[in-house]
Amino acid sequence: MTELLIESSALEDRLRRALPADADYASARLVDERSEHLSVRNDQIEPIFNDFDSGVMISVWDQGGLGYAATADLSEAGLNAAVERASHWAKLTTGSMVTTDPPTDHPTGSYISPVEIDWETLPLNDRLELLQQQSRLLGTDDRIVDWKASLAKREVDQLFITSGGARIEQRFRFVYPHLRATANEGTNTQTRTFGANAFCGQGGVEVLGRYGFGDAATRISEQAVELLSAPNCPTGKMDLLLAPDQMVLQIHESIGHPLELDRILGDERNYAGTSFVTPDMFGTFQYGSELLNVTFDPTVPGQLASYGFDDDGTPAERQHLIENGVLKRGLGGAISQARSGLAGVANSRAVGWNRPPIDRMANLNVEPGNSTVAELIASIDHGVYLHTNNSWSIDDSRNKFQFGCEYGQRIENGEIVGTVRNPSYRGISRTFWRNLKGVADQDSFTVMGTPNCGKGELNQMIGTGHASPECLFADVEVFGGEL
Amino acid sequence: MTTDHHNYFDDLVTAATSRLVGDEVLLANVTGERTDFIRLNQSEVRQAGTICQQRLTVDLIEGRRHVGGAIQLTGERSVDDARVTALLAQLREQRRLVGEDPFLLFNTELTSTERIERGMMPSPEAALADIRAAGQGRDLVGIFAAGDTFSGFANSLGQRNWFQSASFNLDWCFYLQADKAAKNLYAGFEWDDEAFASKVDWSARQLAALERDPVDLSPGEYRTYLAPRAMEELVVLMSAYGAFGIRAHETRQTPLLRMIADDASLSPLLNISEDTAGGVAPNFQSAGFIRPTQVPLITGGEYTDTLVSPRSAQEYGVETNGASNDEYPESLSIDVGSVPTTKVSEALDTGLFVGNLWYTNFSDKAACRATGMTRFATFWVEDGEIVAPVNALRFDDTAYHLLGDQLEGLTDEAEVLLDASTYVERSTMSSRLPGALIAAMRFTL
Repeated sequence: MTELLIESSALEDRLRRALPADADYASARLVDERSEHLSVRNDQIEPIFNDFDSGVMISVWDQGGLGYAATADLSEAGLNAAVERASHWAKLTTGSMVTTDPPTDHPTGSYISPVEIDWETLPLNDRLELLQQQSRLLGTDDRIVDWKASLAKREVDQLFITSGGARIEQRFRFVYPHLRATANEGTNTQTRTFGANAFCGQGGVEVLGRYGFGDAATRISEQAVELLSAPNCPTGKMDLLLAPDQMVLQIHESIGHPLELDRILGDERNYAGTSFVTPDMFGTFQYGSELLNVTFDPTVPGQLASYGFDDDGTPAERQHLIENGVLKRGLGGAISQARSGLAGVANSRAVGWNRPPIDRMANLNVEPGNSTVAELIASIDHGVYLHTNNSWSIDDSRNKFQFGCEYGQRIENGEIVGTVRNPSYRGISRTFWRNLKGVADQDSFTVMGTPNCGKGELNQMIGTGHASPECLFADVEVFGGEL
Repeated sequence: MTTDHHNYFDDLVTAATSRLVGDEVLLANVTGERTDFIRLNQSEVRQAGTICQQRLTVDLIEGRRHVGGAIQLTGERSVDDARVTALLAQLREQRRLVGEDPFLLFNTELTSTERIERGMMPSPEAALADIRAAGQGRDLVGIFAAGDTFSGFANSLGQRNWFQSASFNLDWCFYLQADKAAKNLYAGFEWDDEAFASKVDWSARQLAALERDPVDLSPGEYRTYLAPRAMEELVVLMSAYGAFGIRAHETRQTPLLRMIADDASLSPLLNISEDTAGGVAPNFQSAGFIRPTQVPLITGGEYTDTLVSPRSAQEYGVETNGASNDEYPESLSIDVGSVPTTKVSEALDTGLFVGNLWYTNFSDKAACRATGMTRFATFWVEDGEIVAPVNALRFDDTAYHLLGDQLEGLTDEAEVLLDASTYVERSTMSSRLPGALIAAMRFTL
């Protein structure tokens, strides 16, 4: 398990030899993943799990056709068979593709996740002890009926080469910490977590400190118990202040997905859905209030979906998608840009070696504003402050949404006056973002991620990054649970 | 990739067993596929290709200490032997650091099984030609996936289980405009031109019905018929959050909490079971336990039993019934009722005909209150006749209403719904569900 495949010059030579010289364009994307999953549930160490996955995706463009073949067999015979299969598909699809033009660029470059403290400086024994400590802190109250502390690290090495001489090497290092405490009394069950799954990112041991992993367990456990006796969230139209770990979901579902060019082009209509955004809206559509500034930014150090190049080999750079509330640019890679004639970004991404790339979000961030969180709270006469997503639902055009949170706080006359349980809110995307009336400043700007965004046919579950400060919305329909 | 996956897996595990140390026990699972796929939009190809993969998962046990791991197999024996050896060495090293696992349980009563479903797959050329012909003059969007899938279990004690099938799945829509579409699925083990043509005709007729001007309905309660695909969305949500698993019940996280902590019940018309015999999933699980043909979960609206993984069996002191570790049904079945399937519009009379629900989630899980959207073919019906398609509506209601006091009846026929999911690999899950007639369903947006 020690050999890094992307460092094997013999393998790279085999890949180069296998790519067909007579095709219009061919590429090989080698992916080598290694991950470790640790968890302690109810103070009991669960079985450690180690995962190793490697293979290559071959793509061949020829005479207007495009074919893919994915194989884990990296021998000469295995690679040749995959190339033959991809070439066959390219011939077969000639004349029937939605797009016929292969990439013309063959870039070179590299990317390495910034790591301050190497993961191995925290030995496995210490990692398990850290989780046991957190578990003990989570389970201190009799009303906590189930609790868990977990930690995953994942290393992904990629090598992308093309028949025209491209060579891109990228090495990603991810850390995913998580905590959960579930409290129960009778028919009332409440769960608090460590930012749902949003507190994750690239790096080493420092990722744990970035999100205060070692200090969160007691608060999470106490809040789960606190929710048992909290009243239901009030119902009505009111101001809504969203914490960054709920903004992650709000950005993802009602800005990210609607701006994906492949959805706008219709690729996802049979599964993930379409978009209320149409091509004519770019450049003029008032997506949100003037306070709304959204960037596609794969350059944020340590964010979950930072990278140097997308999986079609396009160099990644920061772009404004929404500026002062106006829609400027969509989320689409080179193929979607060519098909739609719209400006896009470098976001053609695949979850692994066995899936072809499609348009994904990468890092999609709401830029900070000028208010402090205290100022935003002080400005609210009647409202709620919601934290940590636990429910998400939105229509296939990404318009009518309903989201729920783990933990709510009622705000009256500029002050937090109590905790509420089962808080949810619903709205329509464009109305909601136009009612954005406050954006907190850099101090509350939190860099996070969503490790499990599902989309595509074949289905793909991939990580996306989101960063945001607290944001305040006016006139939102808020409500609570059944009892 | 070798074509004889079964023997290859057996040989690999036999070789690994010979390298075990002391009293070690090895549990091994493999899942794999060779899948041709064609993704389409506007009746043209967006992406097409072939995926070959086989993933080996092992649990290396000594006494009650154990560690797990997985590797991707290449099909080249020397490479895979070396990978297995390296993995086992790493697991052995890590095992020194973990204590005894009180919840470890694996099957020691050796029961070897084999089930191979040989299908007749169309060639990529034929599939592409047939599908594009169906889409000619229409806006067809969707995915075709076909080929072998397999899964196997083997342990160092000598048990061997194998499940393999060749199947295809065409999951597609004909689109009219915007979000108006007729959704359909053609899946099976042998491609039949006539059966496919029949599916295409059905979709074309539904497309015609969608051409009428859509209506916007105000939030409120409506008499509703949920077609089997819409029912699937509801029960999948409940399943995903532990409604039918013992761990979620014991930890009070089940959406059906009120059935075990209070006196709530579902409709007496409702009988739900895990019907392994009627499904297409393997009848064994990753610790080697063989699943019973059927596990009743809800009977007459009352909680009957739960799915119990080996781990939960140890934790809660009950017998395992061969559930997977996540205690998620893989072959869920709801008994049919008495509403004539051919006359659901008449039975509905005036109300909403919902072909599909979408993006369901809980708005209050402990109360089993769910929300979600209508999608694809959803129609307003008056006096048993379709009046118009309905623009997307959001529902927000509890299972105790929808499948409880508001459930008027279930159709007298159930549909077998093969799961078209391809996350990580092609799914072998399925469900067998009737449609449901609901007196009042709450819509909110």
